Amino acid sequence: MNIRLIKDLLFKRISASLLLISVCVVLLIIIGLSAKSIPLLENQNLWEILTQSIWSPLKGNFGFLPFIMGTIWVTLISLIIAVPLCILSSVYLVEYATDRLRNSVLPLMNVLAAIPPVLYGVWGVLFVVPMVGQWIAPIFGVNASGYSVLSGGIVLAVMIFPIMVSIIVEVLKTIPQELKAASLSLGATKWETIKKVILKKAKPGIIAAVVLAISRAFGETIAVLMVCGNIPRVPQSIFDAGYPIPALIANNFGEMMSIPLYDSALMFAALLLFVIIFGFNLISRIILNRLEEEA
Amino acid sequence: MYAHPSIETKETQDIASSSTPHIQIKDLNVHIDGKHILKNINLSIPNNSITSIIGPSGCGKTTLLKTLNRLMDDSKGVEINGSVLVNGEDIYAKDAEVTHIRKKMGLLSQRPFPLPMSIYDNIAYGPRIHGQRNKKVLTEIVEKQLKNVGLWEEVKDRLDSSATSLSIGQQQRLCLARGLAVQPEIILGDESTSALDPISTQTIENLLVELKKDYTIVLVTHILRQARRVSDYIIFVYNGEIVEFGKTEDVLLNPKNEITQQYVKGFIS
Amino acid sequence: MSSIKSRLRQEKIAKILMQLSGISITGSLFLIIGIILYKGLPYLSWEMVSQTPQGGFYIGKSGGILNAILGSLYLATAATILATIIGIPISIYLNLYIKSGSLIAKASKLLFDVLYGIPSIVYGAIAFSMMVWLGIRASLLGGIITITLLTIPIVVRTIDELVKTIPIDLKNVTKALGATRWEIAQVLLKYIKPGVFTAILLAFGRAIGDVAGVLLTTGFSDNLPKYLDEPAATLPLAIFFQLSSPIPEVQGRAYASALVLTFIILIIVICTHILASKQKKHKI
Repeated sequence: MNIRLIKDLLFKRISASLLLISVCVVLLIIIGLSAKSIPLLENQNLWEILTQSIWSPLKGNFGFLPFIMGTIWVTLISLIIAVPLCILSSVYLVEYATDRLRNSVLPLMNVLAAIPPVLYGVWGVLFVVPMVGQWIAPIFGVNASGYSVLSGGIVLAVMIFPIMVSIIVEVLKTIPQELKAASLSLGATKWETIKKVILKKAKPGIIAAVVLAISRAFGETIAVLMVCGNIPRVPQSIFDAGYPIPALIANNFGEMMSIPLYDSALMFAALLLFVIIFGFNLISRIILNRLEEEA
Repeated sequence: MYAHPSIETKETQDIASSSTPHIQIKDLNVHIDGKHILKNINLSIPNNSITSIIGPSGCGKTTLLKTLNRLMDDSKGVEINGSVLVNGEDIYAKDAEVTHIRKKMGLLSQRPFPLPMSIYDNIAYGPRIHGQRNKKVLTEIVEKQLKNVGLWEEVKDRLDSSATSLSIGQQQRLCLARGLAVQPEIILGDESTSALDPISTQTIENLLVELKKDYTIVLVTHILRQARRVSDYIIFVYNGEIVEFGKTEDVLLNPKNEITQQYVKGFIS
Repeated sequence: MSSIKSRLRQEKIAKILMQLSGISITGSLFLIIGIILYKGLPYLSWEMVSQTPQGGFYIGKSGGILNAILGSLYLATAATILATIIGIPISIYLNLYIKSGSLIAKASKLLFDVLYGIPSIVYGAIAFSMMVWLGIRASLLGGIITITLLTIPIVVRTIDELVKTIPIDLKNVTKALGATRWEIAQVLLKYIKPGVFTAILLAFGRAIGDVAGVLLTTGFSDNLPKYLDEPAATLPLAIFFQLSSPIPEVQGRAYASALVLTFIILIIVICTHILASKQKKHKI
């Protein structure tokens, strides 16, 4: 056999095994996390774990509700802020902005995406927390430190801006010019065309972008941890502190070995995150891939 | 090489003699990214008849059509000079209101582009935008326009299903009905049958012939036989200039210009 | 007929809203960098970036964060190299050796897409418990492995996107010349070279900025990293720790450290941008 073909075959074998290994890593993650979670699940049933709000590892109470609610609160707040802003800006960039403006704004989104979470955290501590504590809370007549789910939500919102804007821009670009022309030629204004035709057509893509952003928000650890207050109680208002799941893992992993079932509980938390995020990612990727194939 | 456009102008005016023409184009020049796409166009398009714009691909025929309802405005790098008069009003005047102009002209594009909504809403979209909120009136409009394009019997039981569930031929008729629903005076067709099967093509062609008693119709086509079948007048565009304009049989059977002759015989395409 | 005036007014209002959202989104970027600059610059000194922590550093005495800077650079470089070595063959395999559109290709691409989105804390948690299980303590090596896992999907997916942009003719021409797939791969890699570097830089940026992955696996040390099996400091973690100190001087150093990290990231972004425009030109 000729040496070129041997090289080809060799490369094929090597890369195939690398692929296989990466797939195995995923399986390993799932198996490992599940295996580690079993002791907790044997001790308490799943429903109790998810719905009880008492978290006292020393007494063996592992109620995840505060953390689940903390995660949901910050994620929801971030979406409420980010979704309208991102849709409006993306529409502006695609439909109204000049080439020059678009070509200078989109790279800025890449910069925003490249900023590491810890820097968002620093910004959150320096700017968002004081802003919430000193300006926003007093408006509502609330006395708050600023370390709250609202601060977490604001920081997260800024973190998911770039991913949402870049996906929505891509989605809007795939909408055929002729469809816009069809609406315009009926005498619709540009805004009416956007509102009633373009956004409607782009809906699946926008949903995919939002779902992807949700999964990003769910998993964000350090930036949220730095501004959220981290008190294991179900938040009652946006000015209350919250304790999202990733922060729980990050804050307590060091000491988990000394308390029975604690490590199992934290692994369960990681499993929970993994499953939710895996699912959300899967959904949005499937939608986006389908859209790409259609375009 | 070929006749100067100014000569065509006279002929043009002869053809569209009687009443004020719906569409008059005066000294129209279009540049895209610095390239001269349309050069000194002067035209009067005859009322209540079908006028086909023919010419080799890339000669500017679609651009010419799109300047008629200002759809070129949105493209990048486009510069338009000159005037297009619709009912005597210059649509490129500074104070012209573009949505109003576009409403007067129904556009039928190359492929059907139904709006992402139900069959009913596709037709009702235009009237709703222009302020018609009365459900009964809307339903009447929908029924009337669907009947107008011969689609009513086929879809009357599924008006609420998505417009994309229709066949491509049906979609194109729906798009025509959608355009008619805003009561235009002019219909613009941009190779409107190029994506359709022969039977649907024939349906659309017959519809257009029927509609010309109420509308002024301008079509872009690259199929000479189609131009011969449906149109009363033909404009031959070459390299951004109007080379010949006249009655269909004159242009196709006795072209005056050498280039038109070559095109009609199929030497250039 | 609803008046055209009110319809146009609506359009105007919508446009203003859109502009405002655009401004607030781009503004947030400048706000972040501006605040870090403003707070960090006064504390930034040559000592900060050239020395390791001296005694009493964490109560405001002298020293710097060289240990963390080097630790992060080592970690990110090693992880990026590993991820590139593993990631490039995988993406070539997925694009050249497997029929595109086949179930394996689709499923694997989807898998890497999804892995891309898995947060680093999950990787960190798993790596940590593996290390406990194997009896390895937090170390530079542990961090490198975790971050490699984190960055492989980035390399695979970015290169995959690039391969998609290669004109099909180029693939066919090389095939027609009788090249093996491995030889085709070399041609294609050459073609997308600037893009490959972009992918590597992206991975590097993610690697150097990550906290949640290294928090549990790499530990922290005041010494310069020398051995793979010893804990090492990382820049993001140094920022995190110093920021939680109550002493203003130490907090100030956290801001300065944040500034250093910002500089590194900005350099990476600018390089990426230059390479990306090169790739675009290359494509014609």
